[in-house]
Amino acid sequence: MNPLIQGLATIILGVGGCIGYFYASNLLLDKVLYPAKGPNIASNIRRANIIRPWLFIFPALLVLTVYLAYPVVGSAYRSLFNRSGDEFIALGNYVALLESPEFRRSFLNNALWAIFVPVMSVTAGLIAAQLSDTLKWGNIAKSLIFMPMAISFVGASLIWKFVYAVDSDIGLINAVLAGLFGAGPIDVIQIPFWNNFFLMFILVWIQTGFAMVILSAALRGIPEETIEAAILDGANPFQIFFRIKMPQIFSTIVVVWTTITVASLKIFDIVYAMTGGNFGTEILPSYMMSFMFRDDGRATSVALVIMIIVLPVMISNIRQAQKELR
Amino acid sequence: MENIAGKKPALSWAKNVAMATMVLIWVIPTLGLLVSSFRDRDQISATGWWQAMLPVELTARARTGTEATPEGGLYRVEGVIFDDEEAQSYFSGTPGDISAFGIRGAEPTAYPAGTTADLGDGETLTVNADGSYVWITPEEPGNRGQRVYFAAESPPKLTLDNYRTVLSGDNMGRAFLNTLTVAIPATIIPILVAAFAAYSLAWMEFPIRGLLIAGIVGLLVVPIQLALVPVLNLHNEIGVGQSFVGIWLAHTGFGMPLAVYLLRNYMAGLPRDIIECARVDGATDFQIFTKIILPLSLPALASFAIFQFLWTWNDLLVAKVFLPSADEAKVMTVKIADDLLGSRGGDWGILAAAAFVSIAVPLGVFFSLQRFLVRGLLAGSVK
Amino acid sequence: MANLSLKNVEKTYGGAVTVLEDIDLEIETGELIVFVGPSGCGKSTLLRMIAGLERITGGELEIDGTVVNDVPPAQRGIAMVFQSYALYPHMSVRDNMSFALKIAKMPKAEIDERVNRAAKILQLDAYLDRLPKALSGGQRQRVAIGRSIVRDPKVYLFDEPLSNLDASLRVATRIEIAQLKESMPDSTMIYVTHDQVEAMTLASRIVVLAGGGIAQVGTPLELYEKPENEFVAQFIGSPAMNLITGEVIQTGAETHVRTKDGGEAISTVPTLPEDLGKTVNIGVRPEDLVAISGDGPFLYHGKVNITEALGEVTILYFHPDAEGTDPVIAKLPGIHKSMRGVDVKLTADPDKVHIFEDGQSLLYRDRPRKRITAGVH
Ligand SMILES: Nc1ncnc2c1ncn2[C@@H]1O[C@H](COP(=O)(O)OP(=O)(O)OP(=O)(O)O)[C@@H](O)[C@H]1O
Ligand SMILES: [Mg+2]
Repeated sequence: MNPLIQGLATIILGVGGCIGYFYASNLLLDKVLYPAKGPNIASNIRRANIIRPWLFIFPALLVLTVYLAYPVVGSAYRSLFNRSGDEFIALGNYVALLESPEFRRSFLNNALWAIFVPVMSVTAGLIAAQLSDTLKWGNIAKSLIFMPMAISFVGASLIWKFVYAVDSDIGLINAVLAGLFGAGPIDVIQIPFWNNFFLMFILVWIQTGFAMVILSAALRGIPEETIEAAILDGANPFQIFFRIKMPQIFSTIVVVWTTITVASLKIFDIVYAMTGGNFGTEILPSYMMSFMFRDDGRATSVALVIMIIVLPVMISNIRQAQKELR
Repeated sequence: MENIAGKKPALSWAKNVAMATMVLIWVIPTLGLLVSSFRDRDQISATGWWQAMLPVELTARARTGTEATPEGGLYRVEGVIFDDEEAQSYFSGTPGDISAFGIRGAEPTAYPAGTTADLGDGETLTVNADGSYVWITPEEPGNRGQRVYFAAESPPKLTLDNYRTVLSGDNMGRAFLNTLTVAIPATIIPILVAAFAAYSLAWMEFPIRGLLIAGIVGLLVVPIQLALVPVLNLHNEIGVGQSFVGIWLAHTGFGMPLAVYLLRNYMAGLPRDIIECARVDGATDFQIFTKIILPLSLPALASFAIFQFLWTWNDLLVAKVFLPSADEAKVMTVKIADDLLGSRGGDWGILAAAAFVSIAVPLGVFFSLQRFLVRGLLAGSVK
Repeated sequence: MANLSLKNVEKTYGGAVTVLEDIDLEIETGELIVFVGPSGCGKSTLLRMIAGLERITGGELEIDGTVVNDVPPAQRGIAMVFQSYALYPHMSVRDNMSFALKIAKMPKAEIDERVNRAAKILQLDAYLDRLPKALSGGQRQRVAIGRSIVRDPKVYLFDEPLSNLDASLRVATRIEIAQLKESMPDSTMIYVTHDQVEAMTLASRIVVLAGGGIAQVGTPLELYEKPENEFVAQFIGSPAMNLITGEVIQTGAETHVRTKDGGEAISTVPTLPEDLGKTVNIGVRPEDLVAISGDGPFLYHGKVNITEALGEVTILYFHPDAEGTDPVIAKLPGIHKSMRGVDVKLTADPDKVHIFEDGQSLLYRDRPRKRITAGVH
């Protein structure tokens, strides 16, 4: 029970501390530093208002810097040193990576993930959104497809371990194979190359609900009149979908697509839980984890490779944000 | 759209089927896990979970009795095999007919019921379908009966044993508590910090505001793997080390970009007039924030809270790195991934129950608060 | 309770876009000033600068003789009613009305008293515990007004407060505002509107804004009867004033202008000898035109193109003189049928005929000319 009490104490302390910080710092600003009274009330208020945004944003900025911005820089730096961190080896770690066949395999597998998962999730999500919006029981269907979102990657892996199990009395796939085709049991997790897709499908299973929820909102946001006009123009449902609806929700599709791409580049848990990176299913994050605590130079250089792959998405995200601000 | 003239009913039929298929693919795996978690270990290995409601043919092990009656130089032992305690332990109710029996574990169903097995040296064993047996042996049995294996149908059996095992043994209860201890502070603290930042980014004017927003959006895609090594080193240096405090801070940091981004988008969408009106009414920024913005942003706050809670509850990576690897500090995901998937890899019932224990809370949260989750998601990505 | 004075006030966005400049305006205690002008001319901007919601980038704003350019909104003693009402959706009507007072740490008893008094005036007593979403549009508007009343401000600011209401409710609320003003003769109010009727009926003075500046300030009747320039002449009144080009043929206390199509306009606007021969526009309101028969002198003569019989009046649209010019419009009392294609001669009372040279009325020839670039509504 000790950690529970400790947890409770921290919640109170942390939350109290946060509120206390914001409250006290504001009070200090308004009552002590630049009180809103006296002869220079106007300039006091103006000065206080220049400082206040920084009070509000400071804690967030601090954790962002320490936990994200600094690590980007720190990792880049650390990746230039050897295993123990005392010898500068420039790009040595990266060269070693390029020469390592496991790295190449992880890289290619990761590329597969980054392509296959978004394609499948967005397609399935779009189909689910389109279907569920016109059905009476659509909301229940949506809720069920969205459900895996709540399940941890590890939990999801376990669920699918059951489905993929070799024993035809446990694994649904082998049961179907045996029941319908009389085929012998296969271990889908060990089929070279294709096993990757069985792992990826787990992530698709999780992410489809997310894609569906957002795309379905976007679909519903399409002005009804444009669709009615298309019906009057004689378009069939497929034409309406591909020529009228899709273009109008294109920007939303892009958002969903990039979000899922980033998620599939960062994924680690599924591979770790399903195969531990064996049978040729290694991906960069799990490859990196295999160096964690053993060779930080190598681990950080892998992390940086991941970062570099994500970079284009990041830049386009920033561009988008700046456009929105205008 | 439904009442457009001349619409083909066939199409809507196809739609229903397609949707149903998809829903089934999405639900069946979880359902399988749920059903399996309530099944008995022997039943799981005997039939698939989809047959959980049907009787299972089990192979049981038993010993005959030892009360022998001499009979022409031989000894005759009679009885009913189901009376044996070991045999009973296999069956949850009244067992069905015996279909076959055997005397060696390697061939448990070597002889059909009702036939007589020749054990050599004049020793024979007959087991009938109703469980009665006759064992004839040349030597006096002593205090150990003859080993018998037999196959009989057992009625379906659902139990809570797996859950009992998971929750009592193996520190799983402890892991559950640990997960809670990680998830709750790691949900509340980031929300508070992010809400203030989001307000200032949405409604206060200061020089590099645009730059900061862009920066935060950029950090949204930083893979946290990148942060693990440097942050852990930092934690070690400042004395936080691998501890709960460390993981709270880490989750706060890693969740911050999404929190600020979602909340800022939502707050920026609140009507400008209302905020200006409060300003004219004399409210300070702090008052505007607590009295106007926070109550109005409740949907977004709730949604992010759900998100962050699910994410911290479900997380494996951060927990593996920032918590000590000692067993009493493990959270459920680590426990399942490391211990159960490894050592208990074959014990499906336990695995299933463990998985369900770990996803029960998030699922509960998810289904009860789904509305908020969706609303917040939309505020973040559909403009 | 307060007089406002704007001196050379200017608003520039990002150093490049100038929305308002050279705004000079004196507002006396107890006035109800209405800002009108075409959309986008800066009415809201000016109001928000007075409120302190928008920084003043040039010039000075004084309230009661103190420069308040840098005083935050809450300290200016103003209250504002927004077009969208801006009610706090999560607070009851009572909480909405008392929010500002609570922030000012007023004693509870006094808050209650003020809220109840305002609620009584605005007939909101029955709704005090409701949330805004459970109110009708008119009731919400009254809450928004009530919220400013309880603060007892020096200056009330209204930004198109009635534009979200339907036509009949708008009339009713307009009358309520007029009564409210009457019951608080000392309060100063500034009111932005698109609606001419609102402007004409409520205002003690109207400020016409156009093209980034003030086109004219005056009482409603001054603007109607003696517009300073063509812009104001055409902006006030509906349908807009007719402008007909002509040449001055006689000057003095009475001016004669010969129009292009042979008509002759007589105006009581005085002119100087040097004006003789100048090209000017004469302006006549449609409702001042009178149809005449016979061969006497006429001001305008043309073929009717369209008639709109509204019952109490009939509006005649004449064939335009040339491509792209505005048609002359006449508003005749009573019902006139089958006028299409008929030749009509029109004349007008010399008192009602305006003369504009280069856009500026000759009545105000000494006043500096306003640059008005924006088009007419
Ligand atoms: N942030 C800004 N940057 C540049 N120009 C702006 C900005 N805000 C407003 N403007 C411009 O200022 C002008 C005045 O806007 P304002 O809202 O005051 O118009 P208005 O007279 O109230 O119009 P309406 O009658 O439609 O409400 C507009 O032309 C608008 O484009
Ligand atoms: Mg406006």
